[in-house]
Amino acid sequence: MSRIIVITSGKGGVGKTTTTANLGMTLARRNRKVAVVDADFGLRNLDLLLGLENRVVYTAVDVLAGQCRLEQALVKDKRHPNLVLLPAAQNRTKDAVNPDQMKQLVNALAKVFDYVLIDCPAGIEMGFQNAIVAAREALIVTTPEISAVRDADRVVGLLEANSIKKTQLIINRIRPAMVQANDMMSVEDVQEILAVPLIGVVPDDERVIVSTNRGEPLVLAETPSLAGTAFDHIARRLEGEKVEFIDLNASNDSFFSRIRKALTTKLF
Amino acid sequence: MLIEFLERFFPRSEDNSRQQVKNRLKLVLAHDRTDIPPQALEAMRREILEVVSRYVELDTSSMEFALENHQRTTALIANLPIRRVRSQADEAPVEGVVDPGNLELEPLTPNAEPANAESIALE
Repeated sequence: MSRIIVITSGKGGVGKTTTTANLGMTLARRNRKVAVVDADFGLRNLDLLLGLENRVVYTAVDVLAGQCRLEQALVKDKRHPNLVLLPAAQNRTKDAVNPDQMKQLVNALAKVFDYVLIDCPAGIEMGFQNAIVAAREALIVTTPEISAVRDADRVVGLLEANSIKKTQLIINRIRPAMVQANDMMSVEDVQEILAVPLIGVVPDDERVIVSTNRGEPLVLAETPSLAGTAFDHIARRLEGEKVEFIDLNASNDSFFSRIRKALTTKLF
Repeated sequence: MLIEFLERFFPRSEDNSRQQVKNRLKLVLAHDRTDIPPQALEAMRREILEVVSRYVELDTSSMEFALENHQRTTALIANLPIRRVRSQADEAPVEGVVDPGNLELEPLTPNAEPANAESIALE
């Protein structure tokens, strides 16, 4: 039975597409057949993060218009034959596709692939409805910021209303030093507020930008990065493996913050 | 004295931006999640009190009535302290014990029979 997972957040720019690209690549490397679907019609980006923008010939809209077969629109990844991308149309708007059509496309992919990962657009309008209609599970991506958490909470409610029961949380761009200085919500804070099971924590990492520049998902880098490892762990947890969460505090513990911590715990 | 001195250098958690953002979020989400307009909540409160007051006398001064959110479940928390149970013979609240103005209740119909009230409770 294949798994259809939507990656969503409500707010834009919190890391949905990065998450989709990295999870898709990691699962493909683990010998799963993976289709990643860009549901962001009009503002497609997943092709760029995977470095596949030059290979896009047909899009989901062409398939629905009968201008090509579904197989023809799928872009095979150059590094991993197990990974394909179904690109969104760039010259249309989000109203170019309706939920019934999207369901048709995703269900056709689910017959062939082990995983169908759907990269949801920001917002909660038509594009969101299209992205979640066929999904059976959801990954909510958020950052430890007030607006991202509020939007994530709204999306969690909408997913519940659309009877997607398995929802898990990814907290992206955490900065341990700021958390220790009490200037950022911690993983526990966000999880306590949203009350959704946690599947991963990804630290803020400049190498995400470098990997985006190159069109090479972080998990492919030869020297491992903290963020890349975090994505690798999320993929393994999706597969049912029990993986310990990385201790993000260890490397960022400065001498002064340790003294402060020791003093505050003893005195108060 | 020493504690005060140290607190200046190691401020307690309440004042930091992390605690502030948590408090702001909790407040805004409790509102977002319930999504019941204040008028509807007030109407519901009035009707519930009306029904309960048919059977018991309530202590209106220490009453609580609020929507609370915990682990994504919204609950209506009503704390209605009972002053005394009405006897079958009571037809309407005794004036002076429960002030109807405070309760904001519609006055109970004076001809409501006890039998009538029982049949409502059964439904």
